[in-house]
Amino acid sequence: MTAKRDITLNLNGRDFAIGVEPRRTLADAIRDECGLTGTHQGCEHGVCGTCTVLLDGEPVRSCLMFAVQAEGKRIRTVEGLADGDTLHPLQESFMKHHALQCGYCTPGFLVLAAGLLEKDPGIGDQELREALSSNLCRCTGYAAILKAVRAAAEAMRGR
Amino acid sequence: MKPAPFEYHAPTTVAEAVAILAETAPEGGRVLAGGQSLVPTMAFRLAQPAHLVDINAIPALDHVTAGDGALVIGALARHAAFHRAAAPAPLGPLMAEMARHIGHYPIRQRGTFVGSLAQADPASEWCLLAVTLGATVTARSARGSREIAAEELIQGAMTTALADDELLTEARLPLPAEGTRLGFAEFSRRAGDFALAMALAAYRVEDGVIAEARIGIGGAEDRARRIPEAEAALAGRAPEAETFKAAADAAASALDPMEDHATDAAYRRELARALTLRALEGAGA
Amino acid sequence: MASEKTRVLGHPVERLEDPPLVTGRGRYAGDINFPHQLHMRMLRSPHAHARITSIDTRRAEALPGVVAVWTHADIAELGPVDFRADRASEILKPYRQPVLADGRVRYVGDPVAAVFAEDAYLAEDAAELIAVDYEELPVITRADQEPGEFDTGLGTEAAFLTHTFGDVAAAFAGAHKVIELDLFTGRHSGVPMETRGAIGRYDAARDVLELHGAAKVPHRNKDTLVNMLGCRPDQLHVYESHVGGGFGIRGELYPEDVLVMVAANRLDRPVKWIEDRMEHLMCANQGREQRHLARVAVDETGRILAMEDEIFHDQGAYVRTHGSNVANRTMCMLTGLYDVPAFKAVTHFRLTNKTPCATYRAPGRFESTYVREQLVDAIAAGLGLDRIAVRRLNLIPEDAFPYVLAFDEPHVGSLEFDSGKYELLMDKALDAFGWEEADKRLAERRAAGEMAGLGIGLFLEEGGRGPSDGAIVSVDTKGGVEVVTGGASLGQGFETAMAQLCAEGLGVDYRGIRVIHGQTDRIPYGIGAHATRATVLTGGAVYQTALTVRAKALDMAAELLQLRADDLDIVDGVVGRRGDPKGPTVTLGEIAKRMQPGSKALGGRAPGLSAEDFFNPTDTVFPYGVHLAQVCVDPGTGGITVERFMVAYDVGRAVNPAMVEGQLVGGCMQGLGGALYEEFAYDERGQPLAVTLADYLLPTMGEAPDIQCLVTEDAPSPLNPLGMKSAGEGGINGVGAAIASAVNDAIGIPGAVTQLPITPQRLRAILRRAGR
Repeated sequence: MTAKRDITLNLNGRDFAIGVEPRRTLADAIRDECGLTGTHQGCEHGVCGTCTVLLDGEPVRSCLMFAVQAEGKRIRTVEGLADGDTLHPLQESFMKHHALQCGYCTPGFLVLAAGLLEKDPGIGDQELREALSSNLCRCTGYAAILKAVRAAAEAMRGR
Repeated sequence: MKPAPFEYHAPTTVAEAVAILAETAPEGGRVLAGGQSLVPTMAFRLAQPAHLVDINAIPALDHVTAGDGALVIGALARHAAFHRAAAPAPLGPLMAEMARHIGHYPIRQRGTFVGSLAQADPASEWCLLAVTLGATVTARSARGSREIAAEELIQGAMTTALADDELLTEARLPLPAEGTRLGFAEFSRRAGDFALAMALAAYRVEDGVIAEARIGIGGAEDRARRIPEAEAALAGRAPEAETFKAAADAAASALDPMEDHATDAAYRRELARALTLRALEGAGA
Repeated sequence: MASEKTRVLGHPVERLEDPPLVTGRGRYAGDINFPHQLHMRMLRSPHAHARITSIDTRRAEALPGVVAVWTHADIAELGPVDFRADRASEILKPYRQPVLADGRVRYVGDPVAAVFAEDAYLAEDAAELIAVDYEELPVITRADQEPGEFDTGLGTEAAFLTHTFGDVAAAFAGAHKVIELDLFTGRHSGVPMETRGAIGRYDAARDVLELHGAAKVPHRNKDTLVNMLGCRPDQLHVYESHVGGGFGIRGELYPEDVLVMVAANRLDRPVKWIEDRMEHLMCANQGREQRHLARVAVDETGRILAMEDEIFHDQGAYVRTHGSNVANRTMCMLTGLYDVPAFKAVTHFRLTNKTPCATYRAPGRFESTYVREQLVDAIAAGLGLDRIAVRRLNLIPEDAFPYVLAFDEPHVGSLEFDSGKYELLMDKALDAFGWEEADKRLAERRAAGEMAGLGIGLFLEEGGRGPSDGAIVSVDTKGGVEVVTGGASLGQGFETAMAQLCAEGLGVDYRGIRVIHGQTDRIPYGIGAHATRATVLTGGAVYQTALTVRAKALDMAAELLQLRADDLDIVDGVVGRRGDPKGPTVTLGEIAKRMQPGSKALGGRAPGLSAEDFFNPTDTVFPYGVHLAQVCVDPGTGGITVERFMVAYDVGRAVNPAMVEGQLVGGCMQGLGGALYEEFAYDERGQPLAVTLADYLLPTMGEAPDIQCLVTEDAPSPLNPLGMKSAGEGGINGVGAAIASAVNDAIGIPGAVTQLPITPQRLRAILRRAGR
């Protein structure tokens, strides 16, 4: 054990003042210290992508960062995708297209896709597929996820 | 898979960073840049550095500039910085193509070019690029600064010429001469996986024949390197199928490939042959 | 019957499960926290086979924040983890896994000690401080090796199993041709995205020991735990919340589940265990590893006369909850959709010093389909016949149902295939895929120098096995419906399927139905969700019970409305005369109110608009499928691209077509993983080589081909009122077969692929040997 540090994490626009050892991963801090359990952990070594969060708008693997590194950054998790009661187009689209089964990889995919589409709703299909290959799913076989993201992209382009 | 405890340092200047490294390196202090390779090894507890020196808050390291015959890449330049051409053709588009093979999109938001060189993974695309095009790196420490050629920096699998207290601050990639043709081919099990082998080809055509040929192979031996036998098979010959085949064969024969339970030397040679051929065929396309 | 508005059976309605899951409000085991909880961390064997000569836990115990460190001595009174159900279990009992290693470890990952600490990071630090001395023992890594010693007087061939019918010897003696193959299916497994986890908590106020994070077979596990811990059934309950995938491997009782319960009780604090991914890849049930020495006898037309198979089944280090079930399924489903007159399969059920194995989606069937379909391809190649024609010749015809496979062995019994139109499905699939056209185009591509080809695999699945399940359906005074089942949800859409069936039976909007599952204190029985039984068996019970409640409602409504019950219908929870929209109505909620205890309207009726009813199917249902694949091989690298894949499957009656397709596509990707990428490899010392997701290669979207689904309802099952057969294992079963068939076709070498997964390295070796 090493001494805990007091840091502030900005999650979905809200500040969380927490005390963590330097080795506490960002994923664990978000889930435990900050109580936002929507971000899941599938491997803790940066391969599966279920822990994906947006860091200053870009998708990153929260299991590969330490919480102390994230101070001063704008972090967005799955809990920050909806706008109050209004679901994000991706959330609507995932439900409509049966793009989830067990739901464990879903927050990671939603956040990844949100990061990609909010940055560039006109992203090319090839590039979109490649980027979505970042995350693993074991239930759906991916077809419905791709369909849902494409549909959401179209909806977001229309706005 | 939680990491072992460590003391954390977040310097804001290079001077501060190397001073901390000087103090902590004897106790196993390590540099934390992108973390996409280091943190997993810490999760497995294969690496248990007692100190981490996080360089992510040093603005002086965050730059990519093309000019003066070289692409200068600071230690905090992420792989993603090369998604769009960061240098004029042919280097910029080549790097954009190579970057697509490095892990996945989110990895590329954090992982760094220079970090890859410091890591010296045999299957690193940037190590192959650096070694094939003759890059140099700058290593700073409390004791001063030195320039190291890429092929001297990278000594073997995960082994570099760096001392424990040295920080790589930047890499310089010479911009290829006008008219250089560049080609790259890689094979991995899945998109984004470590390459089982990869080939990088560079050459110019002068008076209808190949000049200044460079052939680098990565992912097949314990480090990426240029293959002189393959380059010799190209020199002074017309850039056509037969020549390329000869170079590919030479590359395959010259290798001393790594082997593991799934991949034997014969397979790696076959891969090297196929990929060298594809890199050459694709160069300048 | 129900009107258009409520008719959702057979419709791809959106799932009830989804809203919390897309907003990050799911509650998986890792999300469950209790005040003052301790975290458990396991110390596991680094050796594949060794004797433990000493364990020193003092340094670990001394670490601040560590509350206890246990070894076998601390739980010596606990027996090994018991079996669920298996007829051969007596002889297998000595091979069960102890909760903590009792002096001997038998695979890398075998639990040796458990640390209980205030924090998960700390617990891991402490585990590293435990000092264990081992004396290594000889290691067995293959089932086809000579068996060795499991324990004093106990060999590693735990059982020798036999399935026979007909006169095999005569058939082979009189055969026109005999085809022999030596085939191997590599070790792989479900690997869900959520690792295993369990939280034990003793609620002293109620005197109930709780297991949170349960899955798959809650009631079975509760029963086993009650027996192991020696408490009363009312003193132990399990609770399932959200589960991140199962595929057969999660939810069986593991040593860690038992430990958290015992620890919660003894340490008097909640105990939380969440395994990490390395542990998962070393310890969660694996499967598929079998070697088959298979042979088939045919006449000159290609008609199968007999099939014979000697199987070496790699069970891993212990026999876990399934006994020898997987080996049995392999053998009894080996003949698949074909009419085979004589059959003999034997299995060497052997233990090795690797992770224990059990059921993984389509257990025994992914393996046996690969073997059988390769045999059939080999018949075609050997006799110069078309692969499709040989299949057509041997398929069980439509008029042969129910088709009985009667095994000689009494404990094996017989299989009775309920219904099937096998040839029809094959033809529909070939047509939808455009097989003939594709074959022509691929011949042109091959002529131009490409290595591209087509493959096919036909298979039988099973589901809906009884004998019985029940459900409780009740309507509240506001018209809300609650369905209580002993089912389980691992992400497959159990709640939605049950709600659709209840809606169909009762006449309500499916969105007003709450489905309870996985809570042993809500209903005393249940089958959980496994072996493709939930939709047929539990769904059958839900449907039946909904009909019973419907009848009660109409009976009461008839009196309230002064109409005949036969003239009434229920639409979206409103009872009224059929065809008379302006007539008098009463809502189900109002009826429920009038049926409360003490209500004068009751008359002689029992109170409550609710019922508990059961479904007792007489037999198992047998869905069936056809998998078709088109692949292209890169000759330079051995890389395989799956260009197209078709899953054709007859489900009898689809409850929710979108969910059916989800099961088929998801299963198909897992099948592609097992056919091309996934492998648990071990070195000669029994060290596992695939213990991270960087080494165990799960397919990504980048590897996903275009997967076409053709779902048919041509052979509904006569064994349940709705004809359902279900879809859970139909996507994965035939993939190994179809891919092998396609790769052989692409490279033009029949029978070339003798091992799964087909990796680029192995394919290049095959091509190199063939001089390419």
